[in-house]
Amino acid sequence: MNMVVLFLQRAIVQGTPLLYGSMGETLTEKSGNLNLGIPGIMYTGGISGVIGAFLYERTLGVGEMPNAFLAIFLPLICALIGSALMSLLYCFLTITLRANQNVTGLAITTFGVGVGNFFGGYLAHFSTDGSTGVSITKVSDVFSTPLPFADNLGWFGTLFFSYGFLVYVGIILAVLMALMLRRTRIGLHLRAVGENPATADAAGISVSAYKYGATVIGGMIAGLGGLYYVVDYMGVWSNDGFGDRGWLAIAIVIFTLWKPDLGILGSFLFGGLYIIYLFIPDLSRSSQELFKMLPYLVTIAVLIFTSVRNKRDSQPPASLGLSYFREER
Amino acid sequence: MEEKSNVSQTDAVTAEPNHKKVREPRFHIVKRDVTDKKTPYIVRAIAVASAFIICTILTVLLVDTNPFEYIGLMLSGSFGTFRKILNLLQKLAILLCISLALAPAFKMRFWNTGAEGQVLIGGLACAACMICLGGVPDALLIPIMAVAAIVAGAIWAVIPAIFKAHFGTNETLFTLMMNYVAMQLIAYFATIWENPKGSGHIGVILDGRFPKLFGQHYILNIIIVILVTVAMYVYLKYSKQGYEIDVVGQSENTARYIGIDVKKVIIRTMAISGAVCGIAGLLLVGGTDHTITPQTAGGQGFTAIMVTWLAKFNPIYMIMTAFLVVFLETGASEVVSKFSDSLNGSYADILTGIVLFFIIGSEFFLRYQIKMNKKQEEMN
Repeated sequence: MNMVVLFLQRAIVQGTPLLYGSMGETLTEKSGNLNLGIPGIMYTGGISGVIGAFLYERTLGVGEMPNAFLAIFLPLICALIGSALMSLLYCFLTITLRANQNVTGLAITTFGVGVGNFFGGYLAHFSTDGSTGVSITKVSDVFSTPLPFADNLGWFGTLFFSYGFLVYVGIILAVLMALMLRRTRIGLHLRAVGENPATADAAGISVSAYKYGATVIGGMIAGLGGLYYVVDYMGVWSNDGFGDRGWLAIAIVIFTLWKPDLGILGSFLFGGLYIIYLFIPDLSRSSQELFKMLPYLVTIAVLIFTSVRNKRDSQPPASLGLSYFREER
Repeated sequence: MEEKSNVSQTDAVTAEPNHKKVREPRFHIVKRDVTDKKTPYIVRAIAVASAFIICTILTVLLVDTNPFEYIGLMLSGSFGTFRKILNLLQKLAILLCISLALAPAFKMRFWNTGAEGQVLIGGLACAACMICLGGVPDALLIPIMAVAAIVAGAIWAVIPAIFKAHFGTNETLFTLMMNYVAMQLIAYFATIWENPKGSGHIGVILDGRFPKLFGQHYILNIIIVILVTVAMYVYLKYSKQGYEIDVVGQSENTARYIGIDVKKVIIRTMAISGAVCGIAGLLLVGGTDHTITPQTAGGQGFTAIMVTWLAKFNPIYMIMTAFLVVFLETGASEVVSKFSDSLNGSYADILTGIVLFFIIGSEFFLRYQIKMNKKQEEMN
């Protein structure tokens, strides 16, 4: 029982960066932009948050407790600005200059991972203990403060109330986004832009504005995933620490059929697959490595399954990956 | 197309009632019909030059240097000594080989993001031969390694191709996931073949190393890649299969209409793409590192996508784009080692990113043209 609760709890923690990433990418793809720069944008969000947290911690004296509001507000705003800037760069290249989305996205990822590792290494020069990581323990503690009644409720508390606030924000955002896409006029317009920009344009919807808006907001949401992973979960920046989670987030978008509410379950499932090797008893070192393949193998299986079934409601937005130029026929 | 847009614009102006003030945009964008031979080179040269200026400004802001010292360091890091030139050529050979592998796939509009995994699995097959066939003389072992690497790379690429051809499975993510499966396979075998015991690494393997030519390492790598470049150029430009790849890339419907078996072309082309990636794995493991880790390909599978795309899938241009990327990397490493207290290895990624953004952005000016709109008053 304890193991199961612990596993589910870890799965949710591991799944939260994926949730933010896949949510951001879903919003982006709904506007017809296939942003392969999400891994880089998540790195940028992470390092920007770390920079904010690091600068704030430097202002604190030894043993001084951080102000809860500032400790959350500064990293959060830094992460949002950092990932918004990266998304804007992507938008400018693909929407205004109509560059190829895949190539631009890959370049953003190279650049974003580079920016993350570069500033990570840069900040490490200031660390007093001579380590290569950037430690932001105090801010991390504020971020990962669980809900107040988590300790009194046994396994129920551990499973549902033991997370930092970003987990709950992520789940609420996903539900709101699903409602927005399905029920509101803005959602309808956005879907129209993603399905058929020429028709949307003819109906008087500003294609560029919707594409810019969805991609930048999507990027900012994905950046929060990076922030959660580094600041809340890790509490220390280490180079390449975020790994391949950005790519998995993009895979989850397909897995969950472009539905943010399904994305909650999908992300937590993948979070569980990510760490399941730690919870299977008596695994040798070599079979652990095989178990680490699971998230990728499951993704492949899902890709094959959805393509073989080929149902109409499980298709990507029709204009995904294409630039829109009004005068093109 | 340009003519049409002009017509529609004049229509809009005449149809507009004079008494109503409507804000006209200052300029509008039209598609270029034809570009002359020179324009693309000029535009790209301007893009690269501006990117270098931005990189220089950035570096001068970050560390205590001046532009001349910076440029000097970039150049000396790449061409300073014979050893550095050889090192540059070796890196260029590997990146070029992977880029060449991607060219036929991308020309066919098959987004093979799995070069990383195809290179790694080729390298793994090669390493397996080096470890398991230890006693075999190198003259026999190296051809066996080559065959194993090529076959392994091809198989790794054909798996997603089969599903793409028959079910339309999303190849971008499929090939991407295959990368991580390949990395975990290497991690798995690293625990089995670890040397020394308990390290979790495959140590340096002594058998099956590429021989020195002219008293230098890497020369064989470079020669092999030159041959691959020529072969790929001829294959894409002059062979019937190269033509089929082009047609499938332009329009699958056209290809079907003129009787090309699209499924067969997709699978065959990916087999070739994977096989050449396998060669790159062979060169990395047999000819350079003599060991393998999940990081052996070092992200070059992704860099190669940009190299091949920026070169418009032309193997000869690819030499230039790959050179640009490798030059930035080797040059940046010299700058980093000079200013190691404020820069670090990821600085090269940032420089590469900036240059790529400029080149990607410059494509716009090749395809489109900005025309200034005449003012309303002047028209009346």
